[in-house]
Amino acid sequence: MNTVVLAAQDPTLADFGKDPWWLVLGKIVFAFAFGLLATLLGVWFERRVVGRMAVRPGPNQVGPFGLLQTLADGLKMAFKEDILPRAADKVVFFFAPTISVISAVTALSVIPFGPSVSIFGHWTPLQVTDVPVAVLVILACSSMGVYGIVLGGWASGSTYPLLGGLRSSAQMISYEVAMGLSIVAVFMTAGTMSTSGIVAAQGDATRLSIGGFELPTPGWYAILLLPSFIIFFIAMVGETNRAPFDLPEAESELVAGFMTEYSSLKFALFMLSEYVAMVSMSAVTTTLFLGGWRAPWPITLWSGANDGWWPMLWFFGKVILLVFVFVWLRGTLPRLRYDQFMRFGWKVLLPINLVWILVLAGLRSIEDWQTRDRLLVTAVGAGVLLLATLFWPSRKKEPKPSPQEQADSRPYGSFPLPPMDLQVPPSPRTKRVVAEREPANVVAGSESREV
Amino acid sequence: MTTQTVLAAAGEVSGGEEVTFWILAPLALIGALGMVWARNAVHSALWLVLTMLCLGVFYVLQAGPFIGMVQIIVYTGAIMMLFLFVLMLVGRDASDSLIETLRGQRVAAVVLGLGFAGLVGTGLSRALNGVQAVGLDQANAEGNVQGIARLLFTKYVFAFELTSALLITAAVGAMVLAHVERRKEDRMDQVATMKARFRPGNYPGPKPGPGVFATSSSVATPARLPDGRLTDRGIPEIMPVRELTSEETALKGTEK
Repeated sequence: MNTVVLAAQDPTLADFGKDPWWLVLGKIVFAFAFGLLATLLGVWFERRVVGRMAVRPGPNQVGPFGLLQTLADGLKMAFKEDILPRAADKVVFFFAPTISVISAVTALSVIPFGPSVSIFGHWTPLQVTDVPVAVLVILACSSMGVYGIVLGGWASGSTYPLLGGLRSSAQMISYEVAMGLSIVAVFMTAGTMSTSGIVAAQGDATRLSIGGFELPTPGWYAILLLPSFIIFFIAMVGETNRAPFDLPEAESELVAGFMTEYSSLKFALFMLSEYVAMVSMSAVTTTLFLGGWRAPWPITLWSGANDGWWPMLWFFGKVILLVFVFVWLRGTLPRLRYDQFMRFGWKVLLPINLVWILVLAGLRSIEDWQTRDRLLVTAVGAGVLLLATLFWPSRKKEPKPSPQEQADSRPYGSFPLPPMDLQVPPSPRTKRVVAEREPANVVAGSESREV
Repeated sequence: MTTQTVLAAAGEVSGGEEVTFWILAPLALIGALGMVWARNAVHSALWLVLTMLCLGVFYVLQAGPFIGMVQIIVYTGAIMMLFLFVLMLVGRDASDSLIETLRGQRVAAVVLGLGFAGLVGTGLSRALNGVQAVGLDQANAEGNVQGIARLLFTKYVFAFELTSALLITAAVGAMVLAHVERRKEDRMDQVATMKARFRPGNYPGPKPGPGVFATSSSVATPARLPDGRLTDRGIPEIMPVRELTSEETALKGTEK
């Protein structure tokens, strides 16, 4: 990163903490309303998209395109009976969903929705607040969100919720490690932990000079730090308990997991926190890896793309795109088994992440060398890696016996098997009838065959 | 540089800091007392979480945003969560018993605890009374995180690395203690399990439940095969196959 030219509107840390009280209140209300509205529309969006993927219409009765379906569901939930199990721990049972919602919504407070704009004469960034450790605030919120689920599971006083709660605590702690490590790469590249600083560092002002030409190179960390981005996204799906990692509420094993005993508004709060967490995590990914509110490439040709209120549009576009990916994953992938899931987190994501951070640190430490030396070292490293993968001794696999051989080698008295080609032999009676019948007067295709 | 630094600058206590302190300090104390007094182990852990959260905010107030957030993420988010994990595995009714096994230990503990708190409190107050804090601005000159990083990776790098080596040793030791070695041949994958299930001599279907004409719903009641014989395949091995006598199956007059 040779030069980073910051636009005049890029807010820095010094721009925060200067708003009048009504502006602060307005921003907080906006972030909160964004979370709630995103839930209302997000549930509808998810049901419509999954419906579309399953070739069915999805909710389409309440309001235009079924838009008000979630609102109707929410009202219905408010009027349902609030059941408190006798074995429940009453205080904790009551507080668990609130903890979930609060920690999910709080994460939205450090998300930059846009650059600095003028609101009633006040020049202010479109972000509730920013601190030097903003990304850690987000991590802290997500780690506090675990408490809601775990305590909800424990306080219900029955077995399935407890199992769901235990699963989720193990799951979220393991995936938080992978998530934190992929953020480390972002910190190393951006040199800051404040969200507005990370967005500013991803501006497309990185120039690469090749033979006298100044080439703008992409600044999004999704491209620069691709392995981190992929691991972060996977870990994020695990962290928000979404399919295919929704083991805490696996309905085929645990009824509904930690929220089995919840009903009425408390259940609604859990649903709310799940969707707010999904949206806020998408917003975090957008901020850390997808350039935040910055416009994507073809739009940046227009010089006003990153000015004024427009960036909010790009930001919401990216968030909706990521939410779509969440829904897409749910519509596509089956749920993982618990042990496979844990093995994936600890034995795949974590080592890859560590090695990648090591490589990145190596690349960063030779950054101020001369271009020739730098290229030489990188080429030697890449060459060694290539040769190692090329000549790595691979274990020779024994030839697998064919299914027929396996079937023949089974001991006497085994279960009878259907024929291997699954062709049912024609019964002798049918054969005779076919032979005696007059040939039909239709031209049959080559593949049609009478049996 | 930032609002946090300004809050704790030069030993002066600003209004916001004072308000936050007086709201959170009682909460932290309540959390600490609640942790000691709570009967239920999980409640105890939750009170401790409250205290730790308040401490995290105090760190942020004292111009240490990084250590404050780390306190919340690591201690509250991970370590207390592991405590909770263990407590929940032990069981939710594992509350303390109130029988005193050592006579007079409670009184002694209270007296000693109060004495220790008094000693530490007076020592600290005498040492720190009238002391002007200096050097905060210099320490945070290039940012709190950068300052900590510089110290950790230059001056204290050996202490840092040794601590991490210690932690890794502990983790590896715990893993070795808890690890059950299984030979490669003993490990059955899904295909092998399936083949073993369908080997002749093993009945692959579900075991028969208590028979249709059973006289009781007890798990000790054997199933009846189609030819009328009793089979012991559906009951646990430690239970003998038997049929209940008529007086055992007679109504006891309790089913009204």
